[in-house]
Amino acid sequence: MRAERRSGWLLTAPYSAFLIAFAIYPIVFAVVLVFLHWDLVTTPTFAGADNVRLLATDARFWRAVANTFIFLGIHVPLQITTALALALALNRQLAGRGFWRAAFFLPVVISGAVVAILWSNLYANDVGLINRLLTKIGLSPVPWLTDPRTAMPAIAVMVTWKNVGFYVIIYLAGLQYIARSCQEAIALEGATSWQRFRYLTLPSLLPQTILVVTLSTINGFQLFIEPYVMTGGGPLRRTYSVVLYLYNNAFSYQKMGYAATIGVALALIIGAVVFVQRQVIGRAEAL
Amino acid sequence: MKVLRRVALYAGLTLAALTFIYPFLWMTSATFKPPLEIGSLSLIPHNPTLDNYRTMWARAPFGRALLNSILVATTITLAVLVLGSMTAYAMARLRFRGRPILNAATMAILLVPGQLTLIPLYTLIVQLGWIDTYAALIVPYLFNATAILMLRQFFLQIPQSLIDSARMDGMSELRILFTIFWPLSKPVLSIVAIFTFMGSWNEVLWPLLVVRDQHLMTLPQLLTVFVLGGGAGSIGVSLASAMVLVIPVVVAYAFLQRNFIESMAGAGIKG
Repeated sequence: MRAERRSGWLLTAPYSAFLIAFAIYPIVFAVVLVFLHWDLVTTPTFAGADNVRLLATDARFWRAVANTFIFLGIHVPLQITTALALALALNRQLAGRGFWRAAFFLPVVISGAVVAILWSNLYANDVGLINRLLTKIGLSPVPWLTDPRTAMPAIAVMVTWKNVGFYVIIYLAGLQYIARSCQEAIALEGATSWQRFRYLTLPSLLPQTILVVTLSTINGFQLFIEPYVMTGGGPLRRTYSVVLYLYNNAFSYQKMGYAATIGVALALIIGAVVFVQRQVIGRAEAL
Repeated sequence: MKVLRRVALYAGLTLAALTFIYPFLWMTSATFKPPLEIGSLSLIPHNPTLDNYRTMWARAPFGRALLNSILVATTITLAVLVLGSMTAYAMARLRFRGRPILNAATMAILLVPGQLTLIPLYTLIVQLGWIDTYAALIVPYLFNATAILMLRQFFLQIPQSLIDSARMDGMSELRILFTIFWPLSKPVLSIVAIFTFMGSWNEVLWPLLVVRDQHLMTLPQLLTVFVLGGGAGSIGVSLASAMVLVIPVVVAYAFLQRNFIESMAGAGIKG
């Protein structure tokens, strides 16, 4: 008994030390930093509510938050519909299911930096693959990343493309749990395939949809490397993301207190958005 | 009717698969094209060249970055497997005071978004004097809460009788873990290994904060800095440098795609 207790402490001691230094301390210090001015060179000074006040009226920060909501407004619905459509297709009797699944999943394993560089070239105004295709079928090319109206939607489409394989797997797992007997029963009742989808498949997949909404929302708030590589936050700050702003405050402007304040605010916004989403989805389910 | 629908299904799937694969094929072919050919839609270069690869290799230390990436990702993966197993084993199978707190803390920190702790962690690294060291890239990733919880979940299912009889034979807890538990835990260990390695291999935000010396940069960071800094100078060269990062992953994915999908999707769901 005593030996077991000692082994327990010994085996978990490194992890406990790690937790204190690299998880608990940073969480506590994040809150402390909110009340400090610190450039990492001179000694930190007490800032009172300066950082919070600045944040409340900082047009750049709120522009970045608004950008994120625009991103999510496009990305989340698009992610759900594409993932669901592909999962439903894969859930049929298929030859080479493994191949299709692997093809859809391929972008998930590729680094976000590579995908951003690749798509900057696909979206490029004159030599970009997409505009080449558009001109080939007689449409006029679109300045995807340099027009303030299309830049964020273009990034949202790219991120959807990168992650869809991941969400297909989630939906496929959910589809396996819809009992075949249920499907057959409802088909015998004379339900059309649309009715089957609307009243059996879709409601049964609610847990997966909640997961997709939550994960893609959290992912959206972490948007960084895409605008960093593709647009630098432009044009007209329309692709500026919160994490990009946080990074610039820390790395370019050396404002640790303010950068940490942005981090804390972002965490609170994520928590609030995910909470509201769950409430809304929960209520929709009750109807 | 039925045949038509099947044809439509396969046509749709093929179109979808092309959407995911074609950009990578285009990218691969573009790296072998001279600048004038980049704009063409054809996948086969008329005048294939290795110039893009020569240029990128000469202009930035990509070989060194490749070694850095391998070193960092391998060290982190081994640590997450070995240290994580020790922790998970104790949390699952040993009774000691503090265990419930450890379990609760591990689940709680999974709920904290990384952006919250990014800046305090960065200031910690600065104060430790770890800017431009491997320690900055490795130490904050030595443990992974998702991995610990997955391992713990798996270890909980192994019968107690195995532990009891091993203890009767005088085996230490570490030997029980590595000679009895590990061989039984291959599926979960491979899942943890893949998502840990891939997470480290593709990580770019953290290195951008803590490393400024080109010779310590991992591949995604060097690639980003190289392309954004204008060092590439042409599409072909920037895509060729991206290939250094892609090729090892695609080769591994080709052989282990089932494990990759299970691992990377599973970690997301459980994490």
